[in-house]
Amino acid sequence: MLSYAFRRLLSTIPVLWIAVTACFFVLRLAPGGPFDGERSLPPAILQNLAAHYNLDKPLIQQYLYYVGDLLRGDLGPSFSSEDFNVAQQIMIGLPYTFTLGMTAFALAIIIGVAVGCLGALYQNKMPDYVLGAMILVGVVFPNFLIAPILQLVFGIQLAWLPVGGWGDGSLKYLVLPVVVMALPHAGRISRITRGSMIEVMNQNFIRTAKAKGIGPRLTVMRHALKPAMMPVVSYLGPAASYLLTGSLVVESIFGLPGIGRYFINAALNRDYGMVLGTVIFYMVLIVFLNLIVDIAYAWLDPKVRNR
Amino acid sequence: MTDQTQKQVLLELKDYSITFKTPDGDVKAVSNMNLTVRRGERIAIVGESGSGKSQTFLGIMGLLAKNGQTSGQALLEGRDVLSLKPRELDKVRGKDMAMVFQDPMTALNPSLKISRQLTEQLEIHRGFTARAASVEALDMLKRVGIPDPDRRFNLYPHELSGGMRQRIVIAMALLTKPKLLIADEPTTALDVTIQAQILDLFNDLTAEMNTALLMITHDLGVVAGLADRVAVMYAGRIVEEAPVDELFEKPAHPYTAALHAAIPRPDQDVDDLVVIPGRPPNLQHLPKGCNFSPRCPKVEDDCIDRPPQLETLAPQHCAACFHPFPRREELLTHA
Repeated sequence: MLSYAFRRLLSTIPVLWIAVTACFFVLRLAPGGPFDGERSLPPAILQNLAAHYNLDKPLIQQYLYYVGDLLRGDLGPSFSSEDFNVAQQIMIGLPYTFTLGMTAFALAIIIGVAVGCLGALYQNKMPDYVLGAMILVGVVFPNFLIAPILQLVFGIQLAWLPVGGWGDGSLKYLVLPVVVMALPHAGRISRITRGSMIEVMNQNFIRTAKAKGIGPRLTVMRHALKPAMMPVVSYLGPAASYLLTGSLVVESIFGLPGIGRYFINAALNRDYGMVLGTVIFYMVLIVFLNLIVDIAYAWLDPKVRNR
Repeated sequence: MTDQTQKQVLLELKDYSITFKTPDGDVKAVSNMNLTVRRGERIAIVGESGSGKSQTFLGIMGLLAKNGQTSGQALLEGRDVLSLKPRELDKVRGKDMAMVFQDPMTALNPSLKISRQLTEQLEIHRGFTARAASVEALDMLKRVGIPDPDRRFNLYPHELSGGMRQRIVIAMALLTKPKLLIADEPTTALDVTIQAQILDLFNDLTAEMNTALLMITHDLGVVAGLADRVAVMYAGRIVEEAPVDELFEKPAHPYTAALHAAIPRPDQDVDDLVVIPGRPPNLQHLPKGCNFSPRCPKVEDDCIDRPPQLETLAPQHCAACFHPFPRREELLTHA
């Protein structure tokens, strides 16, 4: 198991290298640079800035510098902020993004699995149809539509919750963005759970469990849930990385200080260091989350362990 | 009469039927069946695939597919299990009546350890603690002939062979010392060498615990060594019921006789294998008369006209046929 995890980690190194290289050169291909602004700077200052950030060197040399820094664990300077380097900026935004993402992730799993199980156990009956229709709303409406509607209803009309901002970071500030982020994932998780649960409930070993008279609760919770979670878990890896990184839209609608905002600003400003830094950070996160998914798989399906 | 009839009645099926609702109309898989099982008795239910033999007992266990509906009565110690609420049924199945299924490869939960799957019904039905249940389950593993049970107790099903898994399934069913054990073709999925061992196991353990055994099989060969009594099913009906020796020596129903003739013999050439011509009738379009009449070598006009009822031919021997094979003593008197 441990050697399996280690081998998986090693195999991600070439993947990361290819991604970094591609990202580095594609960014440079894009027109414009970090210091192009509305107000053009005097050529002497531009010259100094380029020299400071090694932008005057040949591209291949810049690339080697960057990879060299990276190997030493240095994500490099941010081109738009003199006070904080890339790693520091990511660390400033990370706690907010992480709190939002993990809360939304947990909420999506709880709602998705519960709704999916109910749908499967009441297959083609009233609860299945009602829940299915509600979940469909969450999946088909994009977050930039749902978010303003929720803000209008709960923030302004009913005035139960703040419209946006982080405030003191208390729960009431989290509710709306977390719900908006969790809804589409809860929907997909519930559809996957429902289908998988229906399939598992028709398996012979469920008939065996019923024949043992252990009752419907244990039959579902102990015998059906674990095998039914396999396809859900394979969705959770991508979902988690999406939630922990892809909250750009939600962060800007609710005015939250997460890393999504840095990424958008960095891309618009051609802040090469910042864009590359966030991309690398996301990639490492995705690799790590996929590893967790693989380990969860081994736990759910003992057959995987022996491979 | 014999001590068989004096034993207490355990399970009694009265006018028991199973109907499946399908888009093409109702299908009656089991029709008006009557059967009595006494304590400790071993009965074999024999029939081709689709004769309704498995469905009969899945129905009693409350395990029919959603579109299946039972009618009539199935009295287990005088209590009709068909009319029990789900909660009450769960107090009976797995405790008083247990079932061993055909395919040991799929009957066990692949994601739970053997130990978990063995101890849970002891904890629920008998109120055992986890520790006591483990001790009891380990003891049962020894009795079903699992070598090195302590090690295998903590394995997952995929780490065991098919024969080993079927032993686990049997152990699972017998753990609560049920009064009735239903075995649905328990050896069909196993190697021939393992089959004999598993059948012996059923024989020994049910005798030891005085558990009544209902062995569902399509293999008359399995029946001979194992059962006290045999019921032959055809198209959802019992067509003949007799003590095992009598059924083999003096089959009365032409279908039983044909099944008997179809058992392959070692001295037989493959090309000479006996088959029953035709195929079982479509349950949605049963013949007006005897269900077997389209395939029967002895068919006469009355067979096509109306269905025969089970008639007693001799003590404990009955058959549903207008023209049963004559018994030997009758042959003698005719001559």
